[in-house]
Formats: sequence, C-alpha cells, structure tokens
Amino acid sequence: MRIFRIPMSLNYTLLTVLLSITSYTNAQEPIRIAFIDPLSGTFASIGSNGLRQLEFAAEYYFNSKGGVLGGREIEIVPLDNQQSPTETQVQFRRAISEDIRIIFQGNSSAVANTLNDAITRHNRRNPGAEILQINYSAVDPVLTNENCSFWHFRFDAHVNMKLDVLTDYIALNDDIESLYIIGQDYSFGHVVSETTIDLLAKKRPDIEIVGNEFHPIGQVKDFTPYVTKIGSSGADAVLTGNFGADMVSLARSIMDSGLEMPIYTFYAAYDGITATLGEDGIDQIYLVHNEISNPIPTEERKEFIRAYKAESPNSDVTQPRIINALRMVVAAIEESQSADPYDIALALEDMRFTNFSGEEIWMRADDHQAFQSLHISVHTDQGIEFDADNSGLGLYSEYHVAAEDTIVETSCRMRRPRR
Amino acid sequence: MIEVFIFATLNGLVTGLLLFMLASGLTLIFSMMGVLNFAHASFYMLGAYFAYSISLQFGYWTGLIFAPLIVGVLGAVIERYGLRKVHQSGHVAELVFTFGLAFLIEEAVQFFWGPDTKGYQTPELLNFPLFTLFGQEFSAYRGFMIAISISIFMGLYYVLTRSRIGIIIQAAITHPNTVANLGHNVPMIFMCVFGVGTALAGLAGVIAGPVLTTFPGMAAVLGSIVFVIVVIGGLGSLAGAFIASLLIGLLQSYAIASDLGMPDLLNLLGVEFERSHPLHDLWTITLPQIAPVLPFLLLVLVLIFRPTGLMGKREQ
Repeated sequence: MRIFRIPMSLNYTLLTVLLSITSYTNAQEPIRIAFIDPLSGTFASIGSNGLRQLEFAAEYYFNSKGGVLGGREIEIVPLDNQQSPTETQVQFRRAISEDIRIIFQGNSSAVANTLNDAITRHNRRNPGAEILQINYSAVDPVLTNENCSFWHFRFDAHVNMKLDVLTDYIALNDDIESLYIIGQDYSFGHVVSETTIDLLAKKRPDIEIVGNEFHPIGQVKDFTPYVTKIGSSGADAVLTGNFGADMVSLARSIMDSGLEMPIYTFYAAYDGITATLGEDGIDQIYLVHNEISNPIPTEERKEFIRAYKAESPNSDVTQPRIINALRMVVAAIEESQSADPYDIALALEDMRFTNFSGEEIWMRADDHQAFQSLHISVHTDQGIEFDADNSGLGLYSEYHVAAEDTIVETSCRMRRPRR
Repeated sequence: MIEVFIFATLNGLVTGLLLFMLASGLTLIFSMMGVLNFAHASFYMLGAYFAYSISLQFGYWTGLIFAPLIVGVLGAVIERYGLRKVHQSGHVAELVFTFGLAFLIEEAVQFFWGPDTKGYQTPELLNFPLFTLFGQEFSAYRGFMIAISISIFMGLYYVLTRSRIGIIIQAAITHPNTVANLGHNVPMIFMCVFGVGTALAGLAGVIAGPVLTTFPGMAAVLGSIVFVIVVIGGLGSLAGAFIASLLIGLLQSYAIASDLGMPDLLNLLGVEFERSHPLHDLWTITLPQIAPVLPFLLLVLVLIFRPTGLMGKREQ
C-alpha cells in the first residue's frame, strides 16, 4: 500500500518524462552510417569527394524529404583511415564504440579486405550487434568469391568483370597488334596484368604483349623513362590500372613524348585528372566503368548533377555507385522496416533497383555482387553536356555492355548466419 | 637499343638536374646552419602551387619569375621568425621544427588548393618537340628544364666561388664569429641563404609542376630522395650534390630502361627455382621494378663504405 503514498503528480511527471524520451528517440534518432575512407594524405582527393557525394545524396533523397522509417534522418559519420589498413582497424573500433552499424568504404582493396575480416570476426562474436559493410568501389575479385561474406555487399563491378569488357573492346580494334601493360606493384596491378593476358590470349591470340611492367606505387617521380621503353617496344596501345598521381603522370608522359596510342584505364578521370590531361589527351584515353557518362540518359540524373554542382561548383558527381549504394540500402531499410544490418542484408539480397540513370541494378544473393551495365568512355570535348573538373572536357560513353552480359560465375560459398 | 640508351640518358639528365636544384639549396642551408631542413621539398611544392595560381591569371612566365620570389621571401620570413628562435634550443629542436613545418605546409596546401591534382600546363611557347629520334619526341620543355638547371648550377657556382658575397658566405660557414667581428651581419647572411635555398626549391617546383603533376603528395615523393642525394654527395658539398644528383637520375633511368632481373642473374649462375618456392617473389624481381628504391640502396652502401659521402670532408 505504500506505493500509493508517492504523490500522484510526481508519478505523472516521471511517466511523461519517460514517454517523451522514448517517443523522442523513436522519431528523431538518426540512422548513422560511417564513411571510412582517406580524408587526408596522398589519396584525400578521392575520399573527400566521395564523402561529399554521399552526404549530398543523403540530404537530397532522404533528409530533405522527411527522412527514413517515418522521420529518421540519415547521418554520415566521416572517419579518416588515410587509406591504411592499420588506421582502418582503429576507425572500425571507433565506429563500433559509437554504435554505428553500417559502414561505407571503397578505396583500396587492401582496406576492404581488412574490414571484411574484422567485420566477419566481430559479427561472429557479437550476435545481435552486427555490422554491415557497404563496399562501393574496392574491386578485388576475392571479396565476392573466396572471401565473400554475408555482411559484405559490393556495388561496383570487380576487376575481372571490367577487364572482360575492356578486352572485348580492345579485341574489336584491328589496328592493335601489340599491347603494353604497366601497373602499380601490388595486388590490384598484378590482377589486372594477369587477367588481361589470360583474356586476350582467348579473344585475340594475335595480339602480342610487348611489355608487362610494374613500378612501386606512388614512388615514381617521372614516368618518362618507362614511356621511352613503351615507345621503343613498338606497342600499339597501353593498358594500366594506375590511379591518382601515378595515372596522371603516366598519361602525361606518354602524351609529352608524342606517342599517339590509345591508353586503356580504370581511373583516368575527375578529381583534377581530366583537367590535367587536358586537350592533349582527347580521343586517346579510355575508361571502363559502370553508370553511363555523357550523354546522360535521364532528366532525374541531370537534375541531381545540377543540384550537386549548385552546392559544390568545384566538384563533380564522380561516383554514382555511392549514390546507388545508399539508395539501395535505404530501400532495404524501408522494405524491411528495420535499420538492423541482418534485416537490411536480407532485403538487399536479390534486390532489383532502378537508379537515377533509369537502369536496373541487380544484387545477386549468391555472392552479394551488384550487376549493372558497363561502359567504355573516351576522354573528349565532343558531345560533353556534363564536363569534369569544369574543364570543358569529359567522358563520352562509346561502348556499352548490358547488365546480363556482365554476369560472371562466383566461387563464393556463403555462410549465412541464422537467427 | 641505342634509342633507349639515348633517351634514358636524357631522362636521367632531366631528373638529375631537377633533383640538383632541390639538393643545392638543402646542402647550402645545411653547411651554413648545420640543420637538415625537412621542409625543403615542401617549398618545392609551394613553388609549383604558387606558379599554378599565378599562371591562371598572368601566364606561365610571370609565374616562373614571381613564384620562386614569393617562396624565397616566405622561406626568409620562416628563418627569421621561426627557425632563428628555435635555434637557441639546439639542433634537435630545429629538426623537429622543420619536420613539423613540412606537415603544416602540406595541410595548408590542401586547405587552400584542395586535394585534387591541378591542371598546371606547360607554356604554349614550349609546346613543340625539340627533336624527334627514332619516332619518339623530346619536348622543348624538357630541354628548357635542362637549360634552366644548368644555368642555375653555373650561376651558383660562380657566385659562391668567385664573388665577394660568396667569399663572405663561405667564411660565415666555417668562421661565423670572425666574420661577425669583421662587421658582417651573420644572422642576416643566414636568412638570405635560407631564402635563396628555398627560392631554388620553389623554382624547381615551378618548372617541374607541369611535367611531374602538381598535387599535394608531390613533396613527399621527392622529399626523401633529396636527402639521399645530399648524404651521398657529402653533407654541405655543392659539387658533391651535383654529382650525386646526376648519378641518381641516371641510375634510376638506366635501371628502368634495362630489362635485367633476378632471373637473368640466376640463369647466369645456372640456378633454377620452382614457382612454388617460398622466395619465388624475390627470384622474379626485375631491375625496373625496384628502380625507384635503388637510390636508397646506394645510400646504405655509401654510408657503409664512405660515411662522409662522395665529396664530404671528414668532420673535425
């Protein structure tokens, strides 16, 4: 009977306070997403541009339109890993301690593999508090093959898929009788070279590989000595997986030496690269990538780009796959009515999503690899409605491969957690 | 084969002379103040960025003149109000100061110019091939780089050995107190030398920016190699720095041009290894693959067999 002696007023106050706290958290608690990528150091340029696009997409598609799950905002938490696997471990711990359950990461397959291992271990030990890895750009095939994980989803085509398209394109060009491969001396560079040699041996056995060169990553001051070798090898074309400064310097040296040969690349655009290559590179640089460039097919995407450029005039929408990844994750959240990684993962599996270019992306359940059309674009000033680096130059997509033709087999034997 | 050799020599010369412009300032500053300036390559980067910004407004040639001046003045100011104050606390403090400065400058560059690569272009005037040999062009701009570097070397050598200023500077290096007693302002001389040293680094940045690309990591790429040169050449020796720069430029260039590797050496010895051998990676290394790290190997060898460097004087 003692309990009734507590003044009713106090009781009511407690109750209302408690109620208001719970209702507050229900309505306002944001869905937090960690963005673990280089935001300082040598590779800061790619990382910070990716962050800007992710933040903008979250605002543009969701937060400005009332949020997700009936009013929850999406909050992007940037965590700088300087593209180092060690630093990534530290930032991963931090994400856990801040109770963030979704991690976006894209730059460097070494980092993606580290994160994949760490997340798999963490999730096994902490059922109910799992973490989801959204890989928007790391292209090492093992992530959706031997080392595939239920908690990892990739929204970019991996190296073998891209090289399949690129070698098809090279095979079509009868003028090419010899090819020079040059790349950075680490896993990605080696995968590019080995796969290219394998694929070309099947598609165009007559093409001679006249050079297969590796150089230390980020250590080369001047590529001219390499270019001299390329020139004297008599190669008709160059293929490289280089990125960042290694990409720019290589291409510039080739152009400065007056060698007129196509350069087939993965990453030779945006973040200052297009402007630096300039007019000398017109019709000489080719890129393989997902998401079509100019001509932009839909008004929806054009509006998105214009809105983005209005906010950051010196930046470009360089990685639509980040935006696709975010929108698909949110679609999974809405579909499952839950922000729990397990529910999101189940909803993402086999999802078919139409992106802002009006094309369908399919997330294969077997290995969590996304499939969409792949394109080869040329660095040019013709037909460029949306340029790169405000340079008047940009990418024009010349060659297209439909999503169903990019599908490759996987060796993934996924271990699915049970609940 | 001969065309590879000729171009490798030319490329090595361009790289070597460029490195010399950096190393000369660094070695001069060291011989004078006894401090290794860790931020030296950062001034090189600043030179490139200033020149890029100026070239957008007034063209390349204005940048070529004014960017090194701005960098030089900045260097002098940093010496006067930073380094000189720290100097009282000894060499370690100076080292740490320049070390921190390098980080500061890199962050500042990213803050003001952003992390993207800058489209810094060679001037229209030099946008033609100087000559074409065996189907490959040697651009006029590279010829211009060689010309600038050589004239800087000759000018510097003349000033230091033949002019009155040079005599005072040389005396200030070895006998600062006597020079001060003779009525010369030694701290002022130090400041000027630091300014000229950083201006040279800035000039190197201006002429290298368009060909080696202008990006925030450019200081880091070149920074370590400049120290290697200064140590190999002998700390404080201008002639040593010149020889070491050319040596390293040519060494790298020839290493890349060659197709030699461990497999050739093993064939010569008649040894063979299975693909599954645990050291397989080591046995398949080629010279071009490790070319950019060869200077560091050379550094180790020099330190073991000739610790004073090629032209260095033994410390008293």
